Amino acid sequence: MSGKMTPGRFLRENAVIIIFIIITLAAIQPSGLSLTYIVQELLTRLGRNSFLVLALLIPIYAGMGLNFGMTLGAMAGQIGLIFAINYNITGVNGLLFAVLASMPLAILMGYICGVVLNNAKGREMVTGFILAFFMDGIYQFFVLYTLGYAVPMKNPAIVLSRGYGIRNTLNLDIVRQSLDTWWMLKIGPFSLPMASYLVIVVLCLFIVWFKKTKMGQDMRAVGHDMAVANSSGIPVNRTRIIAIIISTVFACIGQVIFLQNMGNMATYGAHTQTAFFAVAAILVGGASVKKASLANVFVGVVLLHALFVVTPNAGQKVFGQAMIGEYFRQFIGYGVIALSLVLYAWRSRKEAERQREGLRGGTAAAAQGGAK
Amino acid sequence: MRSFKQIVTDFGWPRIIIFLFLVLLFLMPPFAKVTGIERLAGVASISIPASFSDVFNRFGQNAVFVLALVPMIQSGCGLNFGLSLGILSGLLGATLSMQFNLHGAAGFFGGLVLASPFAVLFGGAYGMLLNKVKGEEMTIAMYVGFASVFFMSIMWLLLPYTHPDMVWGFAGKGLRTTISVENYWIHILNNFLAIPGGDVTLSPMGVKTYEFLFPTGELLFVALTAFLMWLFMRTKTGTAMTAVGSNPDYARAGGISVDKMRLVSVIISTFLGAAGILVYEQSFGFIQLYTAPLAMPFSAIAAILIGGASVNKASMVNVLIGTFLFQGLLTMAPSVINSTINSDLSEVVRIIVSQGIIIYALTRKTKVTK
Amino acid sequence: MGQETPLLSLQNISKDFYGTVVLQDVSFDVKPGEIIGLVGENGAGKTTLMRILFGMPVIRETGGFKGKICIDGQEVSFTSPFDALDAGIGMSHQEFSLIPGFTTTENIVLNRESMKNSPLNDVFGDRMSILDRMDMRKRAEGSIVKLGVKLDPDMLVSEMPVGHKQFTEIAREINREKTRLLVLDEPTAVLTETEAEVLIRALRQLAAQGISIIFISHRLHEIIEVADRVVVLRDGVIVKDTPTEGVTVRDIASWMVGRHVATERVDEAHRYFEEIILSVKHLWVDQPGETVRDVSFQVHKGEIFGIGGLAGQGKLGIPNGIMGLFPGGGEVLLHGKPAPLNDPRTALQMGMAFVSEDRRGVGLLLDETLEWNIAFTAMQIQNKYLKNFGIFKIRDESAMKKLTEEYMDILHIKCTGPKQQAKELSGGNQQKICLAKAFAIRPDVLFVSEPTRGIDIGAKKLVLDALHKYNRDFGMTIVMVSSELEELRAICDRIAIVDEGRIAGTLPPTAELAEFGLLMAGERSAKSEEALSA
Repeated sequence: MSGKMTPGRFLRENAVIIIFIIITLAAIQPSGLSLTYIVQELLTRLGRNSFLVLALLIPIYAGMGLNFGMTLGAMAGQIGLIFAINYNITGVNGLLFAVLASMPLAILMGYICGVVLNNAKGREMVTGFILAFFMDGIYQFFVLYTLGYAVPMKNPAIVLSRGYGIRNTLNLDIVRQSLDTWWMLKIGPFSLPMASYLVIVVLCLFIVWFKKTKMGQDMRAVGHDMAVANSSGIPVNRTRIIAIIISTVFACIGQVIFLQNMGNMATYGAHTQTAFFAVAAILVGGASVKKASLANVFVGVVLLHALFVVTPNAGQKVFGQAMIGEYFRQFIGYGVIALSLVLYAWRSRKEAERQREGLRGGTAAAAQGGAK
Repeated sequence: MRSFKQIVTDFGWPRIIIFLFLVLLFLMPPFAKVTGIERLAGVASISIPASFSDVFNRFGQNAVFVLALVPMIQSGCGLNFGLSLGILSGLLGATLSMQFNLHGAAGFFGGLVLASPFAVLFGGAYGMLLNKVKGEEMTIAMYVGFASVFFMSIMWLLLPYTHPDMVWGFAGKGLRTTISVENYWIHILNNFLAIPGGDVTLSPMGVKTYEFLFPTGELLFVALTAFLMWLFMRTKTGTAMTAVGSNPDYARAGGISVDKMRLVSVIISTFLGAAGILVYEQSFGFIQLYTAPLAMPFSAIAAILIGGASVNKASMVNVLIGTFLFQGLLTMAPSVINSTINSDLSEVVRIIVSQGIIIYALTRKTKVTK
Repeated sequence: MGQETPLLSLQNISKDFYGTVVLQDVSFDVKPGEIIGLVGENGAGKTTLMRILFGMPVIRETGGFKGKICIDGQEVSFTSPFDALDAGIGMSHQEFSLIPGFTTTENIVLNRESMKNSPLNDVFGDRMSILDRMDMRKRAEGSIVKLGVKLDPDMLVSEMPVGHKQFTEIAREINREKTRLLVLDEPTAVLTETEAEVLIRALRQLAAQGISIIFISHRLHEIIEVADRVVVLRDGVIVKDTPTEGVTVRDIASWMVGRHVATERVDEAHRYFEEIILSVKHLWVDQPGETVRDVSFQVHKGEIFGIGGLAGQGKLGIPNGIMGLFPGGGEVLLHGKPAPLNDPRTALQMGMAFVSEDRRGVGLLLDETLEWNIAFTAMQIQNKYLKNFGIFKIRDESAMKKLTEEYMDILHIKCTGPKQQAKELSGGNQQKICLAKAFAIRPDVLFVSEPTRGIDIGAKKLVLDALHKYNRDFGMTIVMVSSELEELRAICDRIAIVDEGRIAGTLPPTAELAEFGLLMAGERSAKSEEALSA
C-alpha cells in the first residue's frame, strides 16, 4: 500500500478535505464576515468541540467504528450540569461537580452500550445510533417526569411550572464560560481560552500514553482481528466494553465543556446532535472507520466549523434564504458521514479482492482471467 | 412439532411485552373513562368509537410504508433506514401534481405517476450503492437517507415552484413547510365508500363530522397493495428474491444474479415509500416538507419488527399485525395514559417502544441458520 | 528403547462423536528433542487427536474422550488451549493466527508483551502498564535467532511473503519460555520448495535444542527428511509407528491408504466409452483454501469420473470453478461448445448441475421448505413449476409438492412432509435434498462434491446407490469429487488425483492403493501415466 504519492492519488485520498477548503474559501467572500471574526470563531470552537471529537478515538482503535453511542455520555454530562445548577454551585467548581456527579452514570451508560454493541458485532454503528435514540427516551423520562417528582429539586427556577420536570432551556449563567475565562490569553485581536486548551492537551497526552499501554495494545489487536486476539488470550468482549466506557466518560466531560462555552442548554435537544457533529468532524479530518489520529481530530474540527461559520451568512446573501445555510450544513455533515462509510466499505472490498488476485493460478490462462 | 417455549423464544419477550401492553391499552378506555371522570374532573373522556376510527385510519395511513420494507428485508438488504428516499420521491410527485393543478383522484394518482420516475431513479442509484457496500447496508442507508432529506430541503427552497397554494406568500418562492391538500385530494381514498357511524357533529359551515368513520377506500388501497406484494413474492422473480435473502450463495449457485435481485427489491421499496407518503398525505391532509421525512423510516421499521419480522425475514402478516399494534399504541397511548395518570408520558413511551424494538432486532443473533 | 521419561505420552486415546468412532486406542510417546511425523488421510483422526491434546472445548462438549495424556509422566487434563500452552505445548495452525496490521515483533509477543510499571497499575491493574518495546524486540529477535531464519522484526505481517508468516507463527510459539513441544499442522503447505527447506533446517535446529516436534504433513518426503519417527493414522487407529530410517515414501503411502476390507465394487466389468462430453483445459480457480492452478482433463459421456486428493489441494475448486461459483479461467467445453466460466446461470442452462460440498452454506435454503429447495433451480433456469398468467408467472405450489413427494420416495428422504424446513433434516437427508435439486433439472453432466461428507453409513450407501442408479438408468455423466478414496474406487470408472492445484495422475479404480497414496503425497509416479494409457 505504501506506493508513490502521485498527484492523482493525493487528490483522491484527500478529496473531502480539498472540497471543504474550496467551498469554505468560496463562501468567505459572499458571507461578508471578516477574517478576524472567522479566526476568533474557530479558536473558540476548537476549545468547545475538540474534546468531544477526541472521545471518538479509542473505540476506533478497538475496531468498533464511530461511536454513535457517545450521545449516552453527553446525556450523563447534562444530568450532572442540571444538578450543579440545582445546587447552585458556581464557576469551575460547578463544572467539576457536574463531571464528578455524572461520572458513575457515564460509566454505567458506557457499560450498557458496550454490552449492547458486543451483541451486535459487525453492526456497531447502526446499533449505537439507535441506542442513542432509545436512551433519549429514558433520559426524557428521567428529566421530564422524575426530577422534581421522585427526585426533589432545590431550585424552583429550573423546574417546569407544573411542579416537576426540568424546563426546556436551562440557563447555565453560573458556570457560563468559567473554564474558558479562567485563563484567557489575549493575542492581538484574538482571545484564546487557554484553560480549555490545556484540558484538551491533557486528554491528547492521555491518549498518546494510553496507546503505549498494554491495554492500548490489546485494543489495537482486538480492532485488527477479534479471532486472533481471542485465541491469544486477550479478553475481547471486556476490552471492547472498556473502550466504550472510556469513550462515554470522555463524551460526558466533553459535553460539560461544550455547554459551559454555549452558556445555556436545550435540556431535551442539546445531546441529539453531539455524535453527529463529532463524527462528521473526525471524518472530514481524514479519519476512517478503522483509522484515526489526533491530527484528524483537529484538522476536522477546523475544517468543519470553518464551513459552518461561513455558510449560513453566505446562503443568506446568495440565495436570500438563511435556512439554506442551515440545511446545507446538515446536508454536508450527513453527506460526509455517508460518503466516508461508502468509500470505506467499498475500499475494503476492493482490497480483499486485490489480495486474492495474488493467489490466482500461475498459468498462461491466468492472463485471460483478468478480463472478467 | 414446536413447543410453546420455542414459539415464545422465536417471537421474543420484548414483543410479547409490547403486545400485552397494547392489549391492556385497548382494554383500558372504558375503565379509564370511569376513573377519569371520577378522579380528574375536567379531563376529556375517551370516546371509544372515535378511538377505533382513529386506529383504523392511522393503520391505513401507515401500512404502505411498512409494506415498503418487505422487499428489502426479503432480499437480504436489511431494514430500509433509507426509506426517506422513497418518501422524497413521493413528495416530489405530490408537489408536482399540485403545481400542475391536478384535483381529486387525478391529483392523487397523478402524483403517484409523477413520483414513479423519481422513485425508480433514486431507488436505482440507492440500490447500486447498497450493492457496493454489502454488509454495511443499514448504517449507510441511514446516512444516505438523512443526507438526501437535507439535500431536498435545499431543493424545496430553490426549485422553481410557483403555485400560490404552495409557496411562501411573502417571498413568492420556496415551498412552505406544510402544504394543505384540502382543496386537492384530501381524503380521496378515506372517503371512498367510507362507512360513518356514531354521533354526528354539524359544523357551522354545514360540514358533517362523524364520531366514527371507517376509511374503506384507504383500507382497500392497502389491501390491494398488500395483495400485489403477496402475489409478487410468489412470482419467479419474487421467489428468487427471497432465496437471495435467505442464502445468497444458494441463489448464486442456482444461476440468480444476486445484485440484480437486490436492486429490484430496493426500487420496489422506494416506489412503495413514494406511494406510502401519498396515502399518508391524503389522509393527514397536509404535505409535510423539509425535515419531516427524517423520522418516518423509524416508525415503519418499529412497526414491522413489532409485527414479528426480523432483520432478514418478513411477511404480510408481520406488516398487518405490526402496523395495527404500533399505530394502535400511538393512538391509544396518549389518551389512555393522559386520562389515567394525568401525564403526557406517551411520547416517551413511543420513543422507548419503537427504538427499543429496533435495538432488540439488531442485537438478536441473525436468524439465518448456518 | 531407552528408559528416559517421554515428554509427552498419549495412552489409549479413544474418541467418538455420537457413536461414530474417530479415534481408537491411540498411543504413542514423544521424547525430548524428537521429531514425530504424523501422517494420515483426511478423516484419519489427526485433527481430533490434536484437539484432544489441546483441550479444545469442542471435545468436552461432545462427551470428552477416553484414555490418558501424560506430560513428564504426570497425567494432565487440559480444559482449554491456554492450559496446554501453560504446560509448554505450542501449535501452529494451517490457517495463520497472526494480526496483519502488527509487526513481526508485536505478533511474536502478542499478549505476552514486556511491560514497565506505571503509577496507574495499582488502581487499574497490569493492563495499564507501558509496553517495553525495546525488550519486546529483543525477545522477538531471540526467538528468530533460535529458529535460525531471517525475519525483519519490524516488518508488518501484511507485507510479508507467506513463508515469513509461517516462520513468525512458529517463532511466536517458541517465544514462550516454557514451550517444549511444538505441533505443526501442514506447515509447508503454503511454502515454496526453498522456504520448505529452510523450515526443515530450522526444525532440526530446534530439535537439537531439545524441543520436541509433532510434524503433520502430507508431503511424505519431508516427513522422511525431518522426522525421527513416523506415526501413521488410518481410520482412527495407529497402523504404524516406526523410526524413519530405511522407510521409503512408497511404504508410508501404502500404510496411509491401505484398507482392512477390500473395496467392493458394485460391478467389476470394465466399461468403455467413446464420446467425449466434457473437456477441461488449463483451468485455474481462485477458491480460498482450494486453489486450482492448472488442470486439464476429459470426461466421456456416460462415465463416472472421480477426482480425489487430500484436503486443500484444489480438488474441490474444480467443480466450483466450472460451475462459476468461484472466479476462474481456462477453457471448458461441453459437447464441444465452450461453456463460459464465472457464469453459473449459463453453466446450468447448458446442462450441467452441481451438488456442492458446502451443503449448508451453498446447497440449501435452510430456512425454507423442501419444496423450495428442490424446485428452485429448475424453476429459475428452466421455468418449470410455474403457472403462467400472461404477463406474470406464479409458483405452482401443487407441482412443486408433487415433485418433492416424488423425490422423497425415490431417495427415501425422511421428513414430515414437503413443507418441512430444510434445517430440520439430518445431514444425510439434507444431502439427498441437494441431489434431488440437481436431478430435478435433468443435467447431462452432474458434478457432486464430497457427497458423503458428514453423513452416516446407511445414508452414504443410499447416496452412492442413487448416483450409480442415475448413471446406469439415465446415462447421466457424473464427475464425483471426494476425499474418500474408497468410495471413489467403489463407483468411478477413472480416478484423477489432484495435488497442489494440478492433476498428479489418473488411475483406474483397480490400481494398487500405494499408487494412489503416492499421487496424493505429491510423489508423481511415472506409472500413473502408463496406467492411463493402459
